Amino acid sequence: MQVVEGSYAIAHAVKRCRPDVISAYPITPQTHIVEDLAQFVADGELECEFVPVDSEHSAMSVALGASAVGARAYSASTSQGLALMWEVLYNVSGMRLPVVMTAVNRAMSAPLSIWNDQQDTIGARDSGWIQIYVEDIQEAHDAMIQGYKIAESKDVMLPLMVCADGFILTHTYEPVVLAEQIEVDDFLPPYEPEYFLSVDNPLSFGCFAEPDKYMEFRYMQHEAMDRARIKIKEVADEFGKAFGRYYGGLIEGYNLDGAEIVLLTFGSIIGTIKEVVDREKNVGILKIRSYRPFPLVEIRDALKDAKVVAVIEKDFSAGFEGALFTDVKAALYNHINDLKMLGFVVGLGGRDVRADDILEIIKRSKSAMDGGITDEWQFIGLRGELL
Amino acid sequence: MKLRIGAIADPGTSVVNLTGGWRTEIPRITPELCIRCFNCVIYCPESAVKYSDKEGIYFDYDYCKGCGICSNECSGHAIYMEMEEK
Ligand code: SF4
Ligand code: SF4
Repeated sequence: MQVVEGSYAIAHAVKRCRPDVISAYPITPQTHIVEDLAQFVADGELECEFVPVDSEHSAMSVALGASAVGARAYSASTSQGLALMWEVLYNVSGMRLPVVMTAVNRAMSAPLSIWNDQQDTIGARDSGWIQIYVEDIQEAHDAMIQGYKIAESKDVMLPLMVCADGFILTHTYEPVVLAEQIEVDDFLPPYEPEYFLSVDNPLSFGCFAEPDKYMEFRYMQHEAMDRARIKIKEVADEFGKAFGRYYGGLIEGYNLDGAEIVLLTFGSIIGTIKEVVDREKNVGILKIRSYRPFPLVEIRDALKDAKVVAVIEKDFSAGFEGALFTDVKAALYNHINDLKMLGFVVGLGGRDVRADDILEIIKRSKSAMDGGITDEWQFIGLRGELL
Repeated sequence: MKLRIGAIADPGTSVVNLTGGWRTEIPRITPELCIRCFNCVIYCPESAVKYSDKEGIYFDYDYCKGCGICSNECSGHAIYMEMEEK
C-alpha cells in the first residue's frame, strides 16, 4: 500500500490496463491524471500512443478512431470538456466502441466553477455510456481495471465512464494498493474486437440508417445495457476474487438490515454519510455504483423493508428535481407503494457537505416517516442570507 | 439481413439507400446547350450525372437528391431545375 494522489492512482490503473492510445485535453481537475499518464509514456514505462489534441472534441474523436481500428483507447475529462465531447460520446456508443474514460465530476458553467458536483456526468446520462460512480480513490483505481473488462466484453461492447468526484478524489492523498502488472494482465485479456477497421478487410462504422433501421440499432444498445447489468456484477465478483476488494455489483448496501430510513446516493459523499450513519439507529445507505445501466431490480429489493428513502445528489434537472431522485421514484413506482420518498440537492459547485447536513436530512426523513411530506424535494445548505 | 452492432457495414453497401427519394427539384438538360465541359459530372456530390456518347449527359434519378449543384456549375446553362411533382 502506498500513499498517492487520487489522480496518480487512476493514471496508474490505466497504465496497468495497457492502453494503445490515450488522447486527452487538460482541464482542471482532470489534469493530473493525464499529466501522470504523459509522464509514464515519456519515461518509457507505458508503450502507448499519447495524442495531445486541440480540444476535448478532438480527444474523444481520436479515441473513437483508435478504438475502431481495434486499439484500447482511453480519455479523461470533466465539466465543460465533457460537454464539448458531447456529440462524439453518442458516436462512440452508437458505433459500439468500448472506449473507457475517467469523467472527473465538476460543476458546469455559468457561473464558472472548477469545484465538484455531478451535473456534468448526469448530463451525459443518456449518451449510451455505462456510468460507474466511485466512492474513494481505491475504488476509482479498481473501477478503471474493471471498466475495460466490462466495456470490451463481447456481449456488452459499450463505452464506459468512471465518474469520480473532482478534487475530493483526484487531488487528495490516500493509502492505495496499486495494482501490479502481472495481476492486471491475468485479469484483463487483450482487446480483440470482432469488427475493426483495416485496409485488408474494409468496413464502415456508424453508417447512415434510414427510419426503417435506426430504431433497431438503438434497441440493440438497450439490449447491450441489459447484458451489462449482469456483466458489471460478474466482473465485480471476479475482481473481488483476484484482488480481494469488492464494492458491490450495481449497488452496495451499508447498514441496511432493519433500516427504516435509507440514504440513497452515489460518489464520494458516501464517506461522510457513513461517518454519520455509524452513530445513528435504523439508518442505512444504499450506494448506486452503476447509474447506467440503472439497477431497477436491485433497488426495489434493497428498499423493500424501508419506510423512507432520502435520495441525496449533487445535481438537478432545472425545472424539475434531482435526476437520481426521479430515476429512483420511477424504478419503485408500481412496486413499492408505502415507501415515502424525499430528494435532497447538496454540494453544488463544491459547497462542502458536512455531517450536520446529513443529520438535517435524517431529521427531515424522520419527520416524514412520522408525519406527512411537506417538501418532497429540497436544497440543503442554501445560504438564505444571500438570496 | 440481420443488422450488425454499431451500424457496421461492408463497403459499397450504401447503394441500398436511394437518395433520389430526398429530391424536391429535379435536374433536366437542354442537350443543344451542352458544351461537354463535364463540370456537372465532376461537381455532383452523388456521382449521379452520367455521360455516354449516345445519350450525352443524363442523370441517375435513383441517387440524384436534387441539390442543384450541377445546374449551378453548368458552363453552358444547359441544366435547369424543375419542381418535381410526386
Ligand atoms: S441535382 Fe445534385 S445530386 Fe442531382 S445530379 Fe445535380 S448535382 Fe447531382
Ligand atoms: S456542366 Fe453543363 S455544359 Fe458542362 S457537360 Fe454538364 S451539362 Fe454540359
